[in-house]
Amino acid sequence: MSGVSTELETLLGTRWKKPPLIKLSWLRWLLILGGAVYLVLAIASVEVNWSRVYEGLDRGGAFIMSFTRPDFLSRGGDIWNGLVESVVITVAASVVGILISIPIGLGAARNIAPLPVYLVCRAIVAVSRALQEIIVAILLVAIFGFGPLAGFLTLSFATIGFLSKLLAEDIEAMDRVQAEAIRATGARWTQWINYGVQPQVMPRLIGLSMYRLDINFRESAILGLVGAGGIGATLNTAFDRYEFDTAAAILLVIIGIVMALEYLSGVIRARVR
Amino acid sequence: MLRLDKLVKTYRTGDQALKSVEIEVPIGQVVALIGPSGAGKSTLIRCINRLVEPSGGKVWLDDVELTALSSGALRRARRRMGMIFQEYALVERLTVMENVLSGRLGYVGFWRSLLRRFPQKDVDEAFRLLDRVGLLAMADKRADELSGGQRQRVGIARALIQNPALLLVDEPTASLDPKTSRQIMRLICELCAERGLAAIINIHDVALAQMFVQRVIGLKAGEIAFDGPPDALTPEVLTRIYGEEDWQATIKTDETAEEAVA
Repeated sequence: MSGVSTELETLLGTRWKKPPLIKLSWLRWLLILGGAVYLVLAIASVEVNWSRVYEGLDRGGAFIMSFTRPDFLSRGGDIWNGLVESVVITVAASVVGILISIPIGLGAARNIAPLPVYLVCRAIVAVSRALQEIIVAILLVAIFGFGPLAGFLTLSFATIGFLSKLLAEDIEAMDRVQAEAIRATGARWTQWINYGVQPQVMPRLIGLSMYRLDINFRESAILGLVGAGGIGATLNTAFDRYEFDTAAAILLVIIGIVMALEYLSGVIRARVR
Repeated sequence: MLRLDKLVKTYRTGDQALKSVEIEVPIGQVVALIGPSGAGKSTLIRCINRLVEPSGGKVWLDDVELTALSSGALRRARRRMGMIFQEYALVERLTVMENVLSGRLGYVGFWRSLLRRFPQKDVDEAFRLLDRVGLLAMADKRADELSGGQRQRVGIARALIQNPALLLVDEPTASLDPKTSRQIMRLICELCAERGLAAIINIHDVALAQMFVQRVIGLKAGEIAFDGPPDALTPEVLTRIYGEEDWQATIKTDETAEEAVA
């Protein structure tokens, strides 16, 4: 008893500090100083050609100024065609990608899938995520030729990696007892998923799907740069011809659509709880 | 009707939750299972319907050996065992009616359940049960809109619509206030009497258990430390189950206490 109270008395009146993350003080300072030195050297190694920047300012200025007078009309037909193609690619790729992601997401959730299924599904997710969209698009353009088919396949493939992974993680974080209660009724596996798992992950699945639709639209604008169709192709052409006012018009359209999608997904997510 | 034969459960971590437990429950008997946290009460209940896979021993329900069943046969056997959970375990985003009807999943095909087209007699029975537990007006509410006591009533209706022979009840009152706890325990025991169901009820509240059940089993560190009528729960017995403490205030002392409650 007295031993405890003397220990307490020595502590009373002393200050308390949160224990540092790295206990060894020399190691801690070495890491801090090393990090600082590397940062300085790294920044110093990036070359900046200031005279080139000065010349480029004009071009940048022209580009920005063209936003004040976007030209929707002189290439209106091209913009419209590109836009329609982009929307088709986006919607088709999102729908197909989401439909394929759901079974793969179920398989990639460790708490509901047996180990072999889990490993196969995780492998699919890993491959899809490892390959960046542009790389996949270049490959698919090489196989299927220029046009929207390559863009559609690329975005479907990318959607699978994104949505399956996040859906699987949401399933792994679900409330086990709710699902257990459904299992205890003697439900078969499909019923168990439908009653015990689906209601728990549905709002997140809808939210993620809307977000992916949004991403797919923006990606479809980039994919045109490598020949995979959509409004990106129109944008690329406008840049090549130095038609900044047309390019500005295209960018404004993209921004408008992304904002509209953002608003739509907000409305939908507020309704699904 | 229910017989546990040398039931053993060892978790992968090496914890021995159950050490050769032997229990026999006849038709229509309501048993309270008491014991300190970690004594293996939840594990025991879950080993019966194999939500937790036992590592040894046998479980018999009538003349079916549950521990030997394939997954399809196990699903059919689970229909005869209704389960009621601590924290209710309703699927919160489903309606009250869907939660109750989910008790029929073992009897209904996948497409019917997917489209929520349950047979009319199941729907009628669900309405009857909701009326019996006093929640008929709540049928279309979502489960997360209900209070704790209401949710547990839905949980009871879900278990009963399975038309079970046995109820497995895991801490039904742990998150409820004292009055609601008694109402829920009374409801469970009344329904068991009405339908001739056997029940195993895990419960922390010793006095509450004494009030309602016919038999008490005390579990300590995975072994049975007591098995007898509720009146035989003396301070010495409670000390054997839970360890040293002053038990006078916990247990019912004479018949008048029961009268006052009833």
